[in-house]
Formats: sequence, structure tokens, C-alpha cells
Amino acid sequence: MMASEFLSIDLPAILVAVLSATSCGLLGNFLVLRRQALIGDAIAHVALPGIVAGFLIAGTIATIPLMIGAMAAAIIAAGLIEIIRQAGRLESGAAMGVVFTTMFAIGIVLLEQTDASNAHIDAEHALYGNLESTLWLGVTNWNDVLSREALSKLPRQLVTLAGVTAAIAILITAFFKELKVSTFDPGLAASLGLPVKTISTALIVVVALAAVAAFEAVGSILVIAMFICPAATARMLTDNLARQLWLSVVVATIAGIGGYGLAAFGPQLWGDSHSLSAGGMIAVVAGLLQTVAMVAAPRYGIFCRARRRRAG
Amino acid sequence: MPDEFFAILTFQGGYNTSIVLVGVIALGIGGGIIGVFSFLRKRALISDAISHATLPGVASAFLLGTTLGGSGQNLALLIAGAAATGALGVLCVQWIRDHTRLPEDTAIGTVLSVFFGLGIVLLSHIQTLQASGQAGLNSFLLGSTAALMAGEAQLVGGAALIAILIALLLLKEFGAVAFDEEFAATLGWPVAQLDLAMIGLLLAIVTIGLKTVGLVLIIALVIIPPVAAHFWTIKLSRLVVLAGVFGGLAGWIGGGLSALLPDMPAGAVIVLTAAAIFVFSLLFAPRRGVIAWVMRQLHLRIRAASVRGLLAMAAGYLPPDNLSYRVVRLRGYLDGDARITESGARAAGKMRRQNQLWQVYRNRHPDAALAFSPLAAKPIEDVLPPDIIAALESEIR
Repeated sequence: MMASEFLSIDLPAILVAVLSATSCGLLGNFLVLRRQALIGDAIAHVALPGIVAGFLIAGTIATIPLMIGAMAAAIIAAGLIEIIRQAGRLESGAAMGVVFTTMFAIGIVLLEQTDASNAHIDAEHALYGNLESTLWLGVTNWNDVLSREALSKLPRQLVTLAGVTAAIAILITAFFKELKVSTFDPGLAASLGLPVKTISTALIVVVALAAVAAFEAVGSILVIAMFICPAATARMLTDNLARQLWLSVVVATIAGIGGYGLAAFGPQLWGDSHSLSAGGMIAVVAGLLQTVAMVAAPRYGIFCRARRRRAG
Repeated sequence: MPDEFFAILTFQGGYNTSIVLVGVIALGIGGGIIGVFSFLRKRALISDAISHATLPGVASAFLLGTTLGGSGQNLALLIAGAAATGALGVLCVQWIRDHTRLPEDTAIGTVLSVFFGLGIVLLSHIQTLQASGQAGLNSFLLGSTAALMAGEAQLVGGAALIAILIALLLLKEFGAVAFDEEFAATLGWPVAQLDLAMIGLLLAIVTIGLKTVGLVLIIALVIIPPVAAHFWTIKLSRLVVLAGVFGGLAGWIGGGLSALLPDMPAGAVIVLTAAAIFVFSLLFAPRRGVIAWVMRQLHLRIRAASVRGLLAMAAGYLPPDNLSYRVVRLRGYLDGDARITESGARAAGKMRRQNQLWQVYRNRHPDAALAFSPLAAKPIEDVLPPDIIAALESEIR
């Protein structure tokens, strides 16, 4: 393989995959522990109507309006879910199901009614993402990588995602104690005077931000996989929250690199020159890692539990 | 245009359109009825896992059909594939929930995203094959944008009818399991098998509606009608009927609209019709609707204000705040110069006596008094028996 090909095609895609997996995976730990795993699902689905609305209002497919549209849709959806849940005294799953399917349907109708479907924001793209289209033009060999000229040509999604990932890591570090207490024991957090409601709203907003940043590059379904699988894998392995966060980053990174590698180079192993969907393959690898953890984790895996049951 | 819409809705829009409409109505009714049970079990989003998990099955069935020399477009084969991986998805959710420390929502999220990811990998492989009929696969994702074929609609409608019949036959058993699993178990009913049957019907309705509505939106047909119905009633039989009617209505109007306007995708229009029914129910349902709730709150506030105002007047003051002033003024207890009228004096005296009686009652029977909210309650004579009131009155004197 040529170095220039790897640097301009594969490296940026791998970095985008790893960064989106890391940013979503970190937040996923809190979603999984708070039993809000499916809010990530709902947010990922309403990004489609948000993007279409952003396109219709701004009239361009520039990134900023589309991201604002998707953010707004995610926040509106989270608010509506909460309102409907309380007004209708509903289980949150039912409220989510009502809200995100309705908003998704609006998105599809808008898409069909306008020429948005011609403008590269077709629905399939939004669902699968297009990791392969992340190109870093202007690098030809390893010596160029750190040159100023090459860095100025870094793909836009990569820069956005790096910023979002760094922001999320800083936020989690800064508010680690608050997040931890309000996640494991909201009652205690409230009695300590922590703003429990504000914390959970802020978490949803940051989840929406991460989903939108990653969504653009990797598609909505990979976003859901990244919110849930690395955190669930790490949860199988440890009871310590800090350790769980680190583990989820490791799992997300392995899934990102492994999934992209399998999708891009796997088919060549049996002589097929085409590549497969990287976004889908990353979700599959993340699922496999989670399965291994569920079966073979040292303490909570089903093997160990079965052995303990026999011994005890 | 309205004439044409009316013709379509009354099944006079041509043979194909009518058959398709019947199929979509049957699908809506089936989705509504079968959705009631997972809604009652607070597991509405299990359908989300099922619908996303069908994608690898659809793609595999297409690959199988192409390899066997067919076009890969055989609807029955695609539905069978969808049902196979959909069932596998449900089993995975249950396995994760029952055998690991991960909760059900995490299990659902894992299954839906990983299965869907696998489906996308398979679809990306199919795209490289340049096999014919690939375009048809897209409708599994977002629903058919083109009009349905009569043959497909017959398959969908027939399968939905069978699912409806099974659900109605097992209605009592399903209801008991959905409302109170342990009670059903003590009656000696096979809870595990009934649970399996419920999930099986859910799987059936999701897979047969897949191509019409699309896998993201099909879950709306099993979630929204029961949710809308629960604003009107909590009795199982009525819930089932109402959810079925709402689902059917969504299919009828939504299907009709998309037949009238060819570039309106059927699935999305049906879901939006269902959503409109939901919003109507949320707002206007008596008792459990939002407007009824707001009216009750207002009523309570006015009543409390009137009590406040009258008690103040009985003690020789003016009503303490704006609202209570306006309420007593409106009822003619105060005249324009803020003087107490004759009827006002009577009402205030009565209110003071009521209040004294309540206070004595609360002192003597603090536990029993907890059951009554003095503000919301009717006059004390309507709540307590006369002998107790007589005893209370003797105590005041």
C-alpha cells in the first residue's frame, strides 16, 4: 500500500472513527448507568429532520446550519419526550417512541417535498454515514504530516470532532464528582445541594452535540452503537466509574480501528477489491467486543457466574 | 381534489388503490391491537430492537435469492429473512437482560445498533454485486415511496388479519399477563409461553409492515395508537378496541392521502396521521387529557381563592389577594365599593362555620381527616354523617 494513499484516505477516516467513538463512548457510560441508553437512540433518529430543516431554512448544505438544525431537533425532542412523559404519565420508552418516529416522519416528508434529496443529504446517507469520504488532501508522505500546510488542510469533520472530543473529556474531568453522585444516587446528590435537574439537562445537550458531530461523519446508527456498546462492555468489566470511562475509550478505539480495517481491507483477503461499509462494520466489531465481555468478563461474565454458582 | 380523496377513502379510487388501502388499514388495526400489550408491559421500545434487527435478515434473504438464481425481490423470502433475524434480535435482548448485569434499555440499544450495522455491511456488499432489484431494498428502510402493488398489499393485509385474530383469541390471557404477570402465574397460566406469543405477534406485525412503512417508522404503528388510546380509557377491552380503531384510522387516512399525492411516502403520512390522533387525545381526552387537567387545576384554584376570600371577610378583612378579591366580587359577595353584601355575609358566615367544624374534626380525628382535602371537598355536610357533625357542633359551643 502506498503511504500517500494511506495518509490521505485511510488515516483521516480512522481518526474520525476513533474520535467519534471516543466522544460518544465516554458519554455513553453515563447514559448506560442512568438507564437512559435509548435517549441516544432517539437523538440519533431526530437528527435527520433537524438536518433537513436546517437545509430548508439556510438554503445551503454548509455544515454550521445543518449542525444547528440537528442540535435544535435533538433538544426539542428531549424536551418533548419529557413533557409528554409527564403530561401523559407515560413510560419514557413510549414517550420516546412517539416523539422520535413522528419527527422522523416529518423529516422524510420534508425531504420528499423539497429538492433536499438532490443535495447530498439523502436519508440513507444520514443513516449509514459516509466515513470513506473523509479525505485529507495534501499529504503525500509521513514527513508532511506535521507540516503547517498539511495541517491546514485537515478534513473539517476531523477538526470538529477533535474539538468536541476534547471538550467532552474536559467537561467529564471537571464535573466528575457531580456526574458520579447524581448518576449513582440522585437522592443523595439533591440532598448535597447539587442541581440534579441541570446536570441531567446538560448531559442531554452534550449528548446531542456529540451525536451531531459524529453523525455527520459516521451516520446515526453508528452513533447509537458508540453510545452504548463501549460503555456496556466496560460496565461488564469493572465497578469503578473512572476505570469504566478509561476502558470504554480503549474499547471505542479498538472498535474504530478494527472496524475500519475490516471494512476497508477485509474483502481483499478473499480477493474482492470492493470495500464494505465502515460505519456498519465498526458497530459490528463493537458488538463483538461487547459479546466477548458479556460471556468471558472476569467477574460478571456468564462463565464466571456459572462457575461461582457451581462452586457455591 | 376533495372529491378524489373522498373517492379513494370510499374505495372507489380504482382496484389497486382500494386493495392497497384495505391492506394498510389491516396493518394499522393489527399494529394498534398488538401494540397494546407491549405498551402495558412498559416495553414499548422492544419493537425498535425488532425492526432494526430485521435488516441483516432482509439483506441475507436478498443475497440468498440472488444466489439461487432468482431476482432477490421475492417479498415472501425477504419477509422470512426479516422475521428470522428479528426473532434472533429479541432473543439477544432477552438474553442480555436476563443473564448479564446490563439493563433492558442497554440491551435494546446494543441489539438495534449492532444488527443494523451488520445489515448495512451486507447492503454495502450487495451494492458491489450489481444484482438487479437492489433499489427495492431501500423501501425496507424508509418505506415505499412508490404506490404499493395489489399483490403485496394482499399479502400484508392477510397476514395482519391472521395476527389480529390470534391476538383477539388470546385477549384475556394476554391482558392478565400484561397487567399482572405474577397474578397470571398464580392462576396457573403458562406465562412464559404467552409472553413468547405476544412477542411473536409483535414480530409478525413489524415484519409484514416493514416494506410498506420502513423499519424506522413501523414501530410508530405499534407505539402511537396504544399511547393515544390510553388517554381515553384504562380498561383492557376498550383499550384494544380504541388502539385498533386509531391504528386503522391512521392507515385509512394516511394511506388515502399518499394515494392521492404520489410523492408523499405512505409510511411517513400514516405515522403523521397517527401522531395527529395522539396530539388530539393528549389535549382533548376527558379526565386524562391535558386540557381537562388544566381545567381541574383552574377550578381548584378558584375554589381555594373563594375560601380564602370568604374566610377573610368573615374575620372582618378584605380578601387578601387579587384572585380571591375578583372571585368574591364576581359572585356578588362584595359590591363595587368593597362592602360586604347580604349574600356575602351569609356565605362568609357559612364558610367560617365550615372551617371551624373542619378544624375541630382534624383535631379529634387527625388520621381520618387526612382522607379529605378541605379545599377540594364539598360542604362538610356532604362528606361527614350528621351525627359526627352534631358532635362537632356541640364542641364548638
